Amino acid sequence: MTWRRFFRRVSWDRDRAEELRSYLEIETEENIERGMSPEAARRAAHLKLGNTVRIREEIYRMNTISPLETLGRDLRLALRGMRRRPGFTLAVVLTLALGIGANTAIFGVVNGVLLKPLPYPNADELVSIKHTAPGFGVPDLRMSASQYFTYREEGRVFQYLGLYGDGGRTITGVGEPEQARALVLTYDVLLALGVQPQIGRLFTEADAKQSGTAVVDVARPLILTHAYWQRRFGGDRSVIGRRLIVDSSPAEVIGVMPDGFRFLDMKPAAEVISLITIDRGRLTLDGFNFASLARLKPGVTVDAANADIVRMLPIWRNAWPTPPSFAGKHVIENWRIAPTLQPLKDDVVGGVGDVLWILMATIGMVLLIACANVANLMLVRSEARRQEFAVRTALGAGRGHIAREVLVESLVLALTGGAVGMALAYAGLAMIVRVAPTTLPRVGDISLDPRVVAFAVVLSMVSSVLFGLLPAVKHATQRGQPLAGAARGASASRERQRTRNALVVVQVALALVLLVGSGLMIRTFQALLHVEPGFANTGDVQTARVWVPPQQVREPERVTRMQQEILDKVATLPGVRSAAFTSAVPMEGPLRVWQQTIFVAGQTYAPGTIPPLRRAKSVSPGYFGAIGTAIIAGRDITWADVYGPARVAMVSENLAREVWGSPTSALGQHIREAPTAVWGEIVGVVRDVHEDAVHQLAPPFVYWPVLMENFSGTPLAATRAINLVIRSEEAGSERLMNSVRSAVWSVNPTMPVFLVRTMKDLYDESMARTSFALIMLAIAAAMALLLGIIGIYGVIAYVVAQRSREIGIRLALGAAPKALKRMFVRQGLVLTAVGAGVGLVTAIALTRWMSSLLFGVERLDPTTYTVVLGVLAMAAAMASYVPARRAAAVDPVVTLTAE
Amino acid sequence: MESEVAMPRRESPLQSETPQGTLDMLVLRVLVMGPAHGHTIAHAIERGSEDVLQIEHGSLYPALHRLENRGWIASFWGTSDNNRKAKYYRLTPTGRKQLAAQTTRWEEIVRAIGRILKPSTE
Repeated sequence: MTWRRFFRRVSWDRDRAEELRSYLEIETEENIERGMSPEAARRAAHLKLGNTVRIREEIYRMNTISPLETLGRDLRLALRGMRRRPGFTLAVVLTLALGIGANTAIFGVVNGVLLKPLPYPNADELVSIKHTAPGFGVPDLRMSASQYFTYREEGRVFQYLGLYGDGGRTITGVGEPEQARALVLTYDVLLALGVQPQIGRLFTEADAKQSGTAVVDVARPLILTHAYWQRRFGGDRSVIGRRLIVDSSPAEVIGVMPDGFRFLDMKPAAEVISLITIDRGRLTLDGFNFASLARLKPGVTVDAANADIVRMLPIWRNAWPTPPSFAGKHVIENWRIAPTLQPLKDDVVGGVGDVLWILMATIGMVLLIACANVANLMLVRSEARRQEFAVRTALGAGRGHIAREVLVESLVLALTGGAVGMALAYAGLAMIVRVAPTTLPRVGDISLDPRVVAFAVVLSMVSSVLFGLLPAVKHATQRGQPLAGAARGASASRERQRTRNALVVVQVALALVLLVGSGLMIRTFQALLHVEPGFANTGDVQTARVWVPPQQVREPERVTRMQQEILDKVATLPGVRSAAFTSAVPMEGPLRVWQQTIFVAGQTYAPGTIPPLRRAKSVSPGYFGAIGTAIIAGRDITWADVYGPARVAMVSENLAREVWGSPTSALGQHIREAPTAVWGEIVGVVRDVHEDAVHQLAPPFVYWPVLMENFSGTPLAATRAINLVIRSEEAGSERLMNSVRSAVWSVNPTMPVFLVRTMKDLYDESMARTSFALIMLAIAAAMALLLGIIGIYGVIAYVVAQRSREIGIRLALGAAPKALKRMFVRQGLVLTAVGAGVGLVTAIALTRWMSSLLFGVERLDPTTYTVVLGVLAMAAAMASYVPARRAAAVDPVVTLTAE
Repeated sequence: MESEVAMPRRESPLQSETPQGTLDMLVLRVLVMGPAHGHTIAHAIERGSEDVLQIEHGSLYPALHRLENRGWIASFWGTSDNNRKAKYYRLTPTGRKQLAAQTTRWEEIVRAIGRILKPSTE
């Protein structure tokens, strides 16, 4: 009804005009009949009727939707005002665009990584299954295959539950031999995720049963990912049913996953998916080697699922045989295994949430500073419009109306800024995705989706209120400011000046917080750079992985001999100074490092207890020389040790000190990884190495030879997957890798060389989280500082302009220009000091949230705080000195005669 | 839709001197006699009140418009006695009911006020 009237009111108005005309005609006619002159008759008729325009206006207004109508008018006014002051508009829009753009970009990341559900149907039903074993000193125990069977068969809360892991698969039978990145899983993982193949089918329980029986001549089922299918088979749909040789065994392609399929955050993405082979008949309690995920039945909570596992753990303990290395079932009981299920998304996202939320908060502060700046600009500008507002108030504009108009103007400015900001965010997001560390999960999910756009719009609206409310309220409460001409008195604006000062204080305070934050990150980065990782000249160390499949070379000793042959060939390549290999290079990730219970000869262990877990890996002779780790006591492992009958070992300095008191006293001692294993004699002690990451302590470490008898239950254990460690000035060059590849292929032409990296790549990756946080925080702090400087400058410049008359008088009365300059600089510094005081308190309170990002620096690091205060004081002095100089340059004659 | 408007709304003279809604009632009362155009209605009210209610005739039109919007009266273009095009208004059935209701209410109010204002000597 109202809307119809709203749109029909124009035609109605014409109608009404005619009606009023008809009244006038009739009345005039009657008047003439009464004997008036035509002229007088018309006049009398008009008098009788009243002001026709006003009548029409009144009726017209009856049919308006007033907020809409006035909004339209306010919008037009705001746009006109923006066009008329391009400088002001540009400054405001750009400031806001930066603030809103930066916030939108970071929110885009937060949204993609933390907020969006995983890209699977009903993703909130998905959980990851992990355990803790506090009695074993393991906070994060993975799952064993026996647990998988128990949980799957006894569980009451799971729809599907599966194991997965990653590993390489050598694919032959199509073109060159190739190591494909494989995702290995039990058949139910893909069912749990609820994904569908693009063509073909997924694994079934029947496939799993068949692969468990280890019948060699049956082709194993294999699923291809879309990218691999396109790359190797050109998207040929007849690939289903095709036979390949995978790891020297026949395999059959049964399906292809769709283009968008990604498995959690697996990086680099898998190319083929194959089944984990589990021989159920030979399982024991241990073998905690698998990651696990499950889909809960609808409505089941994570707590309920945890409770269900707690119920099943005793069932599992009693159902499976104890492994030979355990002294009995009580060992497992003493581990105090407890489930730690969590939503799968939390597991995928990991600890990155901390960094992102800190970034979000930081960038939010930048926006606050930007809003304070804009509010200041608006105040200054409305000062200039005081006259205009006074005239309009006198003409009957209500206070509310003027306030609303100011707010509408703010909204238009903010939305324009938001639109420009969105463009900036688009570019910014693209950049972030490019430079984001590989440790940032779910980068592929980051996009400018509707939620991010909505965020930008809401943010624009909120900021418009933030910076527009103050000027709006100022106008609405402004009383008795009539048309009092050019009232330029200093006292009249004192209260407004106070508001601006307060805004500057806020800006300085926030800028200080951000500067402290980025300062702490810089100090953290410095501290990390000073950490001795335990290996040297990372840029000169090339690594690459080579794998010898058991189907190809069965005897362990031949594996090692083949590896030694490769090593000899590589060592003689031009430019190669030394070469060695190991089961895992430092910082490669926790999965490649073994965790073993290390028994020490001469120590007794209480019944039911086992010694603490230690990290271990195998190294070839010459490894420590090649990677650059000093041997501080004893000697290196030799090839004679490797092939010889006696087992030897090396340990890290911290392990030697912990167990035997000193590096030298560790020499000649014996250790083993199981109560039944062969003793290994410690022949050397090496410097500590930050094996996990730069910012994590160097763990105590055991280094075994690459070939050992009776190791971990294997009669003779070779290290089939090795990382070549090649020290050469040409590390990282394609030339070196080409010659390394041909050296490898001259020994075995079907052996792929993959995961080619330099140690510097791994080192940088380990620093990535810190450098990412550092760069982002530094950008935020730089923006904050810049905006803060502009804020201080603006206020002082404005004060100078306002008081130019007063300055003129002072100068005319003989004040020294220098003293005047000092006066204004002092004013700027006082504001800064107050802001810094507030900022210090805030920073001390807020940096608590940063602790998890810091390394080697106290969060109340005095150096950081001192430097930041110094920088801020200098910036403030400069920001106030420039306008202060203008004050001293005031020409008294000009200012005094100006009005 | 009746929310605040930029300019303070000026009330029409008659409305400002008579109780709210009185003018509406008077218009309806005039139209009981049959359809009439604005000019006739204005004069009828003036004459009917023996010139006690001096109205600015213009203020009648917003009232007519309001009543039409409420559906109490309807309008049509016709020809006046002296052959001029004029807009006529007639009472709708809803309007008739409204008039009855308002008249009753008005009389009650008048009686009530009368009782209060009457000297207590009675």
